[in-house]
Amino acid sequence: MAFFDVFKRTHAEPSAEGAAFDRGLLVFENTSEVIRAERVLKAKGWEIRVMGPPPEIRSGCDLVIEIPLIEELNILRSLQEAGVLPKEVVPVTSPLLKPVDLFKVKELGRYLMVRAANMKLTVDKETLTIVNVSGGGCPDVPYLAQEMVGRGLADAPSPREIGHTLCGYALQLAYEEMRKQCTL
Amino acid sequence: MHAVVGTVPIKDFPLVAGEASLHDDIICIQGERITINRGTPALMAATIKAGEFLGQPAPHGYLVGDIGLGDGSRHLCEYLIEHLGESDFHMITLHYILPNVEYHNRLLFVMEEMPERPILIADAGSMYAAKMSGKATAYDLFTPDTGELAFLADEEAPHPFYTRGFILHEENRVPELIARSYAHKNASRNLLVKGERDYVANQNGILATIDHPMEEAMEAIGGTGDTLTGIVSALISTGMEISEAAAIAARANRLAGHYAKPTAATQVIEIVSHIPQALEDIFCEKNRGEGWQRTSQRRSATSPLK
Repeated sequence: MAFFDVFKRTHAEPSAEGAAFDRGLLVFENTSEVIRAERVLKAKGWEIRVMGPPPEIRSGCDLVIEIPLIEELNILRSLQEAGVLPKEVVPVTSPLLKPVDLFKVKELGRYLMVRAANMKLTVDKETLTIVNVSGGGCPDVPYLAQEMVGRGLADAPSPREIGHTLCGYALQLAYEEMRKQCTL
Repeated sequence: MHAVVGTVPIKDFPLVAGEASLHDDIICIQGERITINRGTPALMAATIKAGEFLGQPAPHGYLVGDIGLGDGSRHLCEYLIEHLGESDFHMITLHYILPNVEYHNRLLFVMEEMPERPILIADAGSMYAAKMSGKATAYDLFTPDTGELAFLADEEAPHPFYTRGFILHEENRVPELIARSYAHKNASRNLLVKGERDYVANQNGILATIDHPMEEAMEAIGGTGDTLTGIVSALISTGMEISEAAAIAARANRLAGHYAKPTAATQVIEIVSHIPQALEDIFCEKNRGEGWQRTSQRRSATSPLK
């Protein structure tokens, strides 16, 4: 059967298939925070909706906000400015998934590279200058590289400040780990 | 004709569509100039440099500014959904676009409905969107790194950021991750996996591995994956079979990196200029019946410069 599948043309349709896969849920301490966050995000023009949580994360008569997951970093920044951060962000399709928390640290001569998920940050150990950013696939990765490479680790803008996506978030984790490695 | 689609990290950069040209470290389209750093401009530069050697015309580029907010990506997708059906591209390489399932599915539908279905290559955000939407098998080639391969292999993960720990990338698990990606239909018809060792695979298994020359610093250099996707696009554009093109591209990218004598601080533009020489050396080797034959026999390719 698999042999014939090779020759079968896959025909895409502009359906809602997979639509939930790029969505995430903001989980808050209580419903009043949900209402405040909803107001903030709608005022900023985000496509969101308030809904009941899936069974895996249900704790009572609570509500969650569905968001475009990829843009998590940008959304969290808006909520932080409004003082209403969620206690958790989870993918709609698998609410028990957790962000990557494994780092790979690699010595490359006078340089040190830290990888978190799909993002890598490399620093000159002698000058503590960021010399490269690699990996990732969201459009803020080239932007973050442009803004960070050539700057000192201590004074470069952090991905949390200027990034917008989950790739930016992964780079933030690499950046925090690099600062620990360099004892900043 | 070959199209390359992606974004540049410049806010308010207008949507441009036209033949791309390369002038030193600048890509030009419709009078707009973009410095090659990494991302889609690096991919385009590599395609153009490889095309110069291969006698291929420069690709048709679609670029727009997007610093991660997704505004440019959405504008570009809307434009392509409206206009791509009128084109006759035989191949489309999709690159840095903010992943969005709805836009992805609409765009894929348009590409599938073109009079001649183009060869579809996806990397970066476009590859993420293809996997997220469950349409990976509609593509002819993905070019993930080992971290992204783990994401393809994890049927639960909506983004590499959420790849589960027990699947997470280890170089020595690449064959297992490739098999898992195909088992869950989250891989394209062909895969070119870049890493310490590069792998060319399809649903039948690993077709070639390429591990020379080995420059450890390449992993740290932003844009080396983009140049690889650019080179393989140029090779496929000649009509070459995809798995063969992938193996040659992997070697060419390594060789170009080797010629640049890289450190972890090297910038990708320093590698791009060596692509024609790398391809020339590989084709000379191939014509002599060396090296390349070893790759197609499912053994590690050996560079003449080893």
